[in-house]
Amino acid sequence: MPQSNRFLRTVMLVLALTIIGVAIACNGGGGGGTVKLQGAGATYPNPLYQKWISEYGKLNPNIRIDYQSIGSGGGQKQIKERTVDFGASDSFVSDQDLKNMPDLLHVPMVLGAVVITYNLPGLSQPLRFSPDVAADIFLGKIKKWDDARIKADNPGVSLPAADITVVHRSDGSGTTGVWVDYLSKISAEWKEKVGAGVSVNWPVGIGGKGNEGVTGQVKQTPNTIGYVELIYALQNNLPVALIKNRSGNFIPASLESVTSAADGALQNTPDDLRVSITDSPGPNAYPVSSYTYILVYKEQTDAAKGKALVDYLWWCIHDGEKFTGDLKYAPLPGEIVKRAEAKINSITSGGRPLR
Amino acid sequence: MEEVLAHRTPLPEKLRRVLSPTGNVGDGVFRLLMFAVALLMLLIVVAMILALASHSMLSLRGFGFQFLVGREWDPVKEKFGALAFVFGTIVSSLIALIISVPLSLGIAIFLVEQAPRFLSRPIGFLVELLAAIPSVVYGLWGIFVLAPFLREHVDPFLERWFGWLPLFRGPITGIGLLTGGVILAIMVTPIISAVVRDVLEAVPDTQREAALALGATKWETTLVVLANGAPGIAGAIILGLGRAIGETMAVTMVIGNRAEISLSVFHPSYTLASVIANEFTEATGDLYLSALIELGLILFLVTFVVNAIARLLVWRVTRQTVGAGMAA
Repeated sequence: MPQSNRFLRTVMLVLALTIIGVAIACNGGGGGGTVKLQGAGATYPNPLYQKWISEYGKLNPNIRIDYQSIGSGGGQKQIKERTVDFGASDSFVSDQDLKNMPDLLHVPMVLGAVVITYNLPGLSQPLRFSPDVAADIFLGKIKKWDDARIKADNPGVSLPAADITVVHRSDGSGTTGVWVDYLSKISAEWKEKVGAGVSVNWPVGIGGKGNEGVTGQVKQTPNTIGYVELIYALQNNLPVALIKNRSGNFIPASLESVTSAADGALQNTPDDLRVSITDSPGPNAYPVSSYTYILVYKEQTDAAKGKALVDYLWWCIHDGEKFTGDLKYAPLPGEIVKRAEAKINSITSGGRPLR
Repeated sequence: MEEVLAHRTPLPEKLRRVLSPTGNVGDGVFRLLMFAVALLMLLIVVAMILALASHSMLSLRGFGFQFLVGREWDPVKEKFGALAFVFGTIVSSLIALIISVPLSLGIAIFLVEQAPRFLSRPIGFLVELLAAIPSVVYGLWGIFVLAPFLREHVDPFLERWFGWLPLFRGPITGIGLLTGGVILAIMVTPIISAVVRDVLEAVPDTQREAALALGATKWETTLVVLANGAPGIAGAIILGLGRAIGETMAVTMVIGNRAEISLSVFHPSYTLASVIANEFTEATGDLYLSALIELGLILFLVTFVVNAIARLLVWRVTRQTVGAGMAA
């Protein structure tokens, strides 16, 4: 009996040592060339970022990237506290926050847009909204669907004499951020009464959680109006309204009209690329568009990580752009790609450029 | 065994006596271990309150008592008040209990006292199954099935017959306080009824036999059983109330998420747990975050106070019913 016991123990010991050995070997083998990058932030571009990471991982198996979609606010917080290698955000960092991290770079990746969706049974063509009409509906000043001002935008459309129910996002969200940024630009009253931010104090309406919550309530309840991300509306075949842009044209939201919003705003785009492109002046620009950014520090403490990060970002805005169409993200205009290149090229480690 | 232990580990006599008043070291160690576990529970609660308080210091200092009575919640202008959320939390939970307590008691009484065995087993199993459904599923079901149903059938009925009460006025969207309360009721009913069933099953059969022997009807016998189980039933209701107050996902899907205090149950409302879940991830700015954490602290206090009141009520009611049950 003691004999077999000793034998068993030996076997166990050998097994345990083998496992430990293998673990060390794997880790060590990997550690030699593997760089691990950690990112966190915006949920809106998450499907694209995951696609990019998986495609890039196929080309560069020694670089492992992990992206967690915890929200734009979270992305800004994490990069501020330097707990991640890169952050991601739909909105740019405020001037005040940027004072504490002056060497933070904003690298635009793709464009997004927010659309108006609604539930009016029996309409054959999409509705059209002037900016002031949209703002007054969300301010609660236009209360009925057959209001003269809505009719003026939609000649020949028969609108019901029903109350408008506004549905907005209840969770803090970049989608809300873009939408109220637009409303603040085109309506002085909105700017003064409500203002802009990822969560605001809505004058009217009911709140739905997430794009699915807003969509669910709009789809289920007649005479509602709400706003959702363009991608979400396209993927779910929601009715989408045309919005009159600054040039006076009613523009449907599409990948092209969103890219031309960025094109149209080029003149106002500052060097740091922190710009709101809502209410863009381009003639074909869809007025409720925005950039989504990757946030990185200009000076990287770890040269190997910095190099991997720079290569990855470069790949994203070049080779990566071919994946945007399938996933319904609008690509950056050529001029902005050039400016983003310059940002990526300016990243250094120990003062030496990484590209 | 004891001798061997004492021989191998010569403990000082005092320590040995503390550890084992009965003379058995194992018992003492076990007692200490259990005490430590119980103490740990207490420490966790205290640590949570301290952490919540310290992280909400900014908002506690900035708004003081005004935070509790303020109705406005404006993250852009950084004006924060919690009253509307406290109102929404308490009222939606109350609606839930009003609907679910009679329902749960009925289910439990049927299962234990009346249903034939071949029915009570599968129904009991189904009730327990309902308790295990994740709340987000209830929430989606709430948006797509419950809210339209209430909007089309229940709300217009209430408005037509009870519209003279301020409770049932206003535009009907199917989203609001009532829908939130109803979905909570559906969620807590399985919990309350499952526990009440166990409680009623634990009432000794001799009680029933005694009642029947004294000439009680089936209904009177059930009353005796209920009176016997009263403390347990009360515990079940408090358990359900706790779930209702803390529930986040399902409620936020259907309550309308609007910081508003209105008498009408058709109006949208908002709960403490929902606003924290909705806004925490994207909150930037120290004061905003601090205010959200203070909401967490208030949720803690609301839970505590409501539980305390419930227990007090229960304690008084139980004394009466047990007395009455004995008299009967």
